[in-house]
Amino acid sequence: MTGVLVIGNGPAAHRLVHRLRQLGHSGGVTVLGAEPRAAYNRVLLTSVLDGSLPPDAIALPRHPDGTRVRLGVTAVGVDRARRLVLARADDGRGMLSYRYDRLVLATGARPRIPEVAGVRMPGGRLAEGVRCLRTLADCERIGPGQVAVLGAGVLGVEAALALRRAGYEVTLAHRRAQPMGRLLGPRGGELLAERLRDLGVELELGHRAVGYAPGKLLLDDGRTLPADTLLLCTGVTPETGLARAAGLAVACGVVVDDQLRTSDPYVHAIGDCAEHAGRVSGLVESAWQQADTLARVLAGERVGHRAAKPVIRPRTPGIHIAALGTPDGGGAEVVTFSDPARGRYASLALREQRITGAVLIGLPQAIASVSQLYDRDLPVPADRLALLLGTASRRGSGALELPDDAVVCLCNNVMKRTLSDAWRGGARELPDLAAATRATTGCGGCAPDVRRLCAALERETG
Amino acid sequence: MSEARREVATHCPYCALQCGTLLGRDGAGAAVRPDPGFPVNQGGLCQKGWTAPTLLTVPDRLRTPLVRGADGAFTPADWDGALDTVAERLRRIRQRYGPDAVAVFGGGGLTNEKAYLLGKFARLALGTSQIDYNGRFCMSSAAAAGTAAFGVDRGLPFPVADLGRADTVLLAGANPAETMPPLMRHLGRAELVVVDPRRTPTAERAALHLQPVPGTDLALALGLLHLAVVEGHRDPHYVRDRTTGFEAAWQYAMTWWPERVERVTGVPVEAQRTAVRMLADAARAYVLTGRGAEQHSKGTDTVAAFINLALALGLPGREGSGYGCLTGQGNGQGGRELGQKADQLPGYRLIADPAARRHIAEVWGVDAESLPGPGRSAYRLLDALGTPDGPRALLVFGSNPVVSAPRAAHIAQRLAALDLLVVADFVPSETVALADVVLPVTQWAEEDGTMTNLEGRVLRRRRLLDPPEGVRGDLDVLHGLAVRLGEPPERYPTAPREVFEELRRATRGGRADYCGISYERLDAGEELHWPCPAPGHPGTPRMFLDRFAHQDGRARFAAVDHRESADAVGDRYPLYGTTGRVLAHYQSGAQTRRVPELGAAAPQMYVEVHPDTAARAGLAEGELAAVSSARGRTVARVRLVATMRTDTVFLPFHYPGTGRANLITGDALDPRSEMPEFKVSAVRIEPHPGPA
Repeated sequence: MTGVLVIGNGPAAHRLVHRLRQLGHSGGVTVLGAEPRAAYNRVLLTSVLDGSLPPDAIALPRHPDGTRVRLGVTAVGVDRARRLVLARADDGRGMLSYRYDRLVLATGARPRIPEVAGVRMPGGRLAEGVRCLRTLADCERIGPGQVAVLGAGVLGVEAALALRRAGYEVTLAHRRAQPMGRLLGPRGGELLAERLRDLGVELELGHRAVGYAPGKLLLDDGRTLPADTLLLCTGVTPETGLARAAGLAVACGVVVDDQLRTSDPYVHAIGDCAEHAGRVSGLVESAWQQADTLARVLAGERVGHRAAKPVIRPRTPGIHIAALGTPDGGGAEVVTFSDPARGRYASLALREQRITGAVLIGLPQAIASVSQLYDRDLPVPADRLALLLGTASRRGSGALELPDDAVVCLCNNVMKRTLSDAWRGGARELPDLAAATRATTGCGGCAPDVRRLCAALERETG
Repeated sequence: MSEARREVATHCPYCALQCGTLLGRDGAGAAVRPDPGFPVNQGGLCQKGWTAPTLLTVPDRLRTPLVRGADGAFTPADWDGALDTVAERLRRIRQRYGPDAVAVFGGGGLTNEKAYLLGKFARLALGTSQIDYNGRFCMSSAAAAGTAAFGVDRGLPFPVADLGRADTVLLAGANPAETMPPLMRHLGRAELVVVDPRRTPTAERAALHLQPVPGTDLALALGLLHLAVVEGHRDPHYVRDRTTGFEAAWQYAMTWWPERVERVTGVPVEAQRTAVRMLADAARAYVLTGRGAEQHSKGTDTVAAFINLALALGLPGREGSGYGCLTGQGNGQGGRELGQKADQLPGYRLIADPAARRHIAEVWGVDAESLPGPGRSAYRLLDALGTPDGPRALLVFGSNPVVSAPRAAHIAQRLAALDLLVVADFVPSETVALADVVLPVTQWAEEDGTMTNLEGRVLRRRRLLDPPEGVRGDLDVLHGLAVRLGEPPERYPTAPREVFEELRRATRGGRADYCGISYERLDAGEELHWPCPAPGHPGTPRMFLDRFAHQDGRARFAAVDHRESADAVGDRYPLYGTTGRVLAHYQSGAQTRRVPELGAAAPQMYVEVHPDTAARAGLAEGELAAVSSARGRTVARVRLVATMRTDTVFLPFHYPGTGRANLITGDALDPRSEMPEFKVSAVRIEPHPGPA
């Protein structure tokens, strides 16, 4: 039986362990988690941040029985020749070692700390008042006062909104001209900026942060922003230290092939630390897919990983945003729709009727339909506008406009002609018409239509 | 006796609403009108109900037993001859291969008395464990989930009329505007949230229509629970005082945040939020499921997820709110609790439960040891027919599996592989056509009995007409066969009232307790919903008001997660094929296709396709299309429907021959309910060159 050792206890590791058990893996599974708490769903950190969920509500389901989960244990080295992982326990037990037949690196990513004076204390720790947003502990430590969020990428935008919902005064500072500008483009970014302001987020765009002192953030034009808390949302870096030290191939992330294998066939990597086909995804859906694939690989199936299509769908209640594929998308056909007064914007790049990239704002129905078409590589409908605006209901507005052979009463399959004939035959009131034709005697929903028809016939003959 | 009766108060022969009707004589036949006093249909009837008397005079009514001769052709036989033949052949098969070589397949349209006696006949006269019924294809997933959650499954644990005061009703995979139109009379006040991949007539009336990808409604239900919790709509006191298991259920729902649900289901985040708010803000709200949520290989979990949502909002067991399943077949409720299910004995008792076995054995006057154990569920039973380990003879009562079972071509082969197929029916259905012996039986207006409708209300079916000459009641048939198989005659009463009296004793103390119900009480006009444990008991129109039926009185959340359907769409089969019902037809259509008005309303097999999808396949309105899956192909007329999802086609399942929708459905089963996956098949559509 193969013993699987997993370094990391985030969503990717969690999914892998559960899938292994579902696939009948009977060998030992050991999970080393550096954090002292059980696995939780990182995606929902902003729901903890805004107070809608208590921290323990985002715990992931318990690992299957028989899984050895070691919390507060940080791996510090991999001895590939002896297939051993060295680790340090936080509880003072000192150094531990774990054997493996297969090692899985699911070490995730760590926040990138910008080179801004005063952000770090001497020795490298973050200065007082400075936080990242990567772990549950990060969410729990936000104190009172005003918050400056640095970096208006997806996480920065989500965090700024979550803090607003929690009642904080929030300034979102970003060195580019638009929030999420790289994903949304200038027009999309502009619209997002407006919506953020509508929701009470102060924006400082086009400025670099150059210094921090407790309580304030200094910008490159000399102004300062109130910052009782400075929340750094300036991107993440794959956690590749172990892999690098162990001599595994590392580019941006730990390089893996289609079987999620690193340059050592006994060592795999998944999730935010892994680089597959030249890309580090950073999306939880990709991490889960990699975990699914790896579980099957470890179960002996011959499968290859195919990266999911990138769909960015920020968790921003009240603002509907999606960015799919690459902004220009390499499409041959571009469909744009712009309705700034209503906060709506769409740009679709198409090739051979398939979506290669899209930006959508303020179009909740279209976001749902377009991302499905994109995800599954399905052709777009001939009516592009209906796709963007949602299909209008085709319900008729009454019996008047209906042709004679239209069914007015579905329950009893009564056509308009039948009703008209009955009316002309003397059945002038609803009960008479019902007795003559059975219309309205099923669900009763067509009674208004039948009354309208009577009125119309009366006018005609009257 | 019945000669004197000019009009009787009875019920429509079709769906589980069991609309009240007044049936009177009209020449040689009968005429029907809605009973304005019956609260379920409030004087309404759909076209099926109005035209039901036509069934009594269909020209090809079976009027004599038929026995297939050596030449392969049916020969009319007298009853004694036919029953002797069946009994003799059953006896030989049983002697040679053992009791489980004989199987029984029942139906959800049979009266309570028939369902009960059929189960007893199977267990005692045949001694077989191999009995199940077509209700397995109907609401079994809801039954499994409801039993797990509440301790007992009654489709609607409240009267239908309660829906009329609701503010919001969520209908998950239910299309009552077509499948049980008079129900809509109770849904006029409420704002409707309809979950359906198609824009059905019900969805047209909804305040909010959620149109998920087929097979993703479990993810949607998890997402709705997620939002209910995150947006603060959970009822903490209710969850604490009346339920258990929330935390474990939440750990899965937690991973279904709205944006993820949107990507999987195609339902916009905003629509999810609106749906939850509509339910949460309503003073009176209901969550109802239908076949759309249930007929999946994950149907039980899907229903459980919708029940979880209802529990989190504190709906079940509160007057004016709740969860319910819209049972489909006429006696779908009674049929599932009186002992024709593979794992059950009357009263919703489990056949593996020693106490249940003792009780029933005592009522039946046999040794509990002699009762067989649990048998195969419906699909497995049909799939095993004629195989080395499977049954070699099958008796079918009130079902037409050649049309209604999944993977229909395969099932027809299995039926053909039997040594003996006996079918009791009143019209020559597609299954009758394969039989070795056909037994012509009575239909609704020719018999007495009881039915239990979707709200657990026990109803009297009353006889107006004498059956045609040569036709016998199902109870007579079972009696005749049992006696020929060596059973004591008194064990198989032929009078429905007598059977019901025994059924009362058999269900006493069971979860579905009929003990206090009698023909006298029903005929005196009492409205009785089970459980009704004693003659003086008023019945239970609303269940769970004080406690749920589990030992500790609490409802159970279920820890369920989403999973994919068995069939994945891909290059070869790029579309989702989903099957369902139309207004004019009931079940396999064996009855309704014989009613000219209904035949005219929905004459032939069709497939609903989005115009873009049809154009890509080179198909235009009205052309013949072949719809294929890995199992087979069906031929249907193209009907262009602009509101269809472009990735989905819809096939009604009521048609025979090459137009059977079930030629494309597969054999994936729900692991708990054993419900087949009728609602999702990967298919492709293309022009059909030849004639249909």
